[in-house]
Amino acid sequence: MLLTPAVALLFIWMIVPLALTIYFSLLRYNLLDSESAQFVGFENFRYFLTDPAFLASLQNTLVLVGSVLGLTILLGIPLALLLDQPVIGRNIVRLMVIAPFFVMPTVSALIWKNLLMHPVSGLFAWIAKLFGAPSIDWFNDVPLFAIILIVSWQWLPFATLILLTALQSLDEEQKEAAEMDGAGALSTFIYITLPHLARPITVVILIETIFLLTVFAEIFVTTGGGPGLQTTNIAFLIYSQALIQYDVGGASAGGLVAVVIANIVAFFLVRIVGRNLEA
Amino acid sequence: MARMATSRHVAVSTIAAWLVGFLIFFPILWMVLASFKTELDAFAIPPKFLFFHWTTENYAAVQERSDYVHHALNSIIVAGGSTLIALLIAIPAAWSMAFSPTKRTKDVLLWMLSTKMMPPVGVLVPIYLIYRDFGLLDTLTGLVFILCLGNLPIVIWMLFTYFKEIPKDILEAARMDGATISRELVYVLTPMAVPGLASTLLLNLILAWNEAFWTLNLSTLQAAPLTVFIASYSSPEGLFWAKLSAASTLAIAPILVLGWFSQRQLVRGLTFGAVK
Repeated sequence: MLLTPAVALLFIWMIVPLALTIYFSLLRYNLLDSESAQFVGFENFRYFLTDPAFLASLQNTLVLVGSVLGLTILLGIPLALLLDQPVIGRNIVRLMVIAPFFVMPTVSALIWKNLLMHPVSGLFAWIAKLFGAPSIDWFNDVPLFAIILIVSWQWLPFATLILLTALQSLDEEQKEAAEMDGAGALSTFIYITLPHLARPITVVILIETIFLLTVFAEIFVTTGGGPGLQTTNIAFLIYSQALIQYDVGGASAGGLVAVVIANIVAFFLVRIVGRNLEA
Repeated sequence: MARMATSRHVAVSTIAAWLVGFLIFFPILWMVLASFKTELDAFAIPPKFLFFHWTTENYAAVQERSDYVHHALNSIIVAGGSTLIALLIAIPAAWSMAFSPTKRTKDVLLWMLSTKMMPPVGVLVPIYLIYRDFGLLDTLTGLVFILCLGNLPIVIWMLFTYFKEIPKDILEAARMDGATISRELVYVLTPMAVPGLASTLLLNLILAWNEAFWTLNLSTLQAAPLTVFIASYSSPEGLFWAKLSAASTLAIAPILVLGWFSQRQLVRGLTFGAVK
């Protein structure tokens, strides 16, 4: 059957690594000392879940995902509304707005970190000085916020583009009818535009969450998770356990925890999207 | 009419839109400018916006010091290879689900989508160990393979939504006119499928080109694509802003052009057809 290769590949891709992760998670197994692999039951999970680093990174993950979602949607809605207006040269503006989405994560992170956020020679520091404000050492004073800004810049175009696409399919006549009935711009927005955007907003939340839960490169090239644990998210914590500390068992337990978290999110979001699709 | 765009309205929204667009685009513009500066000018405070000594020496230096072309070729092979292989596997699958759906088709599609929701970091350890044992670490084969699997669900979904829009009546009409299966495929279906195939191809080239989890973890030097090459500037090399900017500009330019061409299909592809 035509479907077989795809299904088989995806099945193997899903089952084999997952099974191995489960198996490793029950072992005490360090790569530096591979003879020592021994069965320890749920020891790794106990260790991982009670590790203060886990709680810190879980919190960072939630703050990161939540803030980026909030920023991209709250800024994306007015931006999409603006681009939906009659604008001279709209196509060029669209190109400028969408551009950050195509920039590879390592590039955007390093350009922001150096050219813009550098505490002495960065552009932000210079602007702060113009206004007589003290310059911020972004990656020391507010490291997680700095990461949030970079990631939001990357994802704002995505949210905007989807919301704009949805706005353009909004029935003009409905809006006109509302205005004829004396509805102001604000109530037109609240009662007609916003409900129309409910589904695209849900879709934005779903897709961004999938990608944001695993933000990695931006942290890897800027802070390396630090200072301390301030910018370590779950993905980065597992990476450092696996490939820096070579703790295969611990990292596997952490990996399974990440899979469970992602599945919880996916479960709720798919339900919401499903309900939206049927409505 | 209240809704007629007055010239005042147009002026205000035009100015606002250009201002916001410029702000969002600015980091990229600033990077491109820095790539033409000397290292000293790139650091200068107050910053030099346009009046500096324009030079292309950084571009030459990037190639000389770090063999940029080698990494660019890796990116092309990894992104292109993984996309083409994914398409080869996905086309028959999407085709059969779109044209002869069964009761389980919807479940299969949702299941495929769910494989995309598995966080890559959840399987980092076994993949890394398998790659180590099979000698796939830092090889192009290894990267092509993993990116192909990672993007396969998206490719299938995108193709499925496109194929589903091809009206089935056309097939029947062609059959009535006595077309054989192969003629039907060549003259009727292929032309109608090309736009969908092209946008799927473009979107996945972009995704694979910018992929920075597996590439960072599974390659270091020989097979390192541009994502990894740029990451090497995060250490002391990061002090060379002009060179970092030149390398970055080269790394994103081709994909920015592709992306701008495919922006209309982007929404559809990334939302699994949920927003059109």
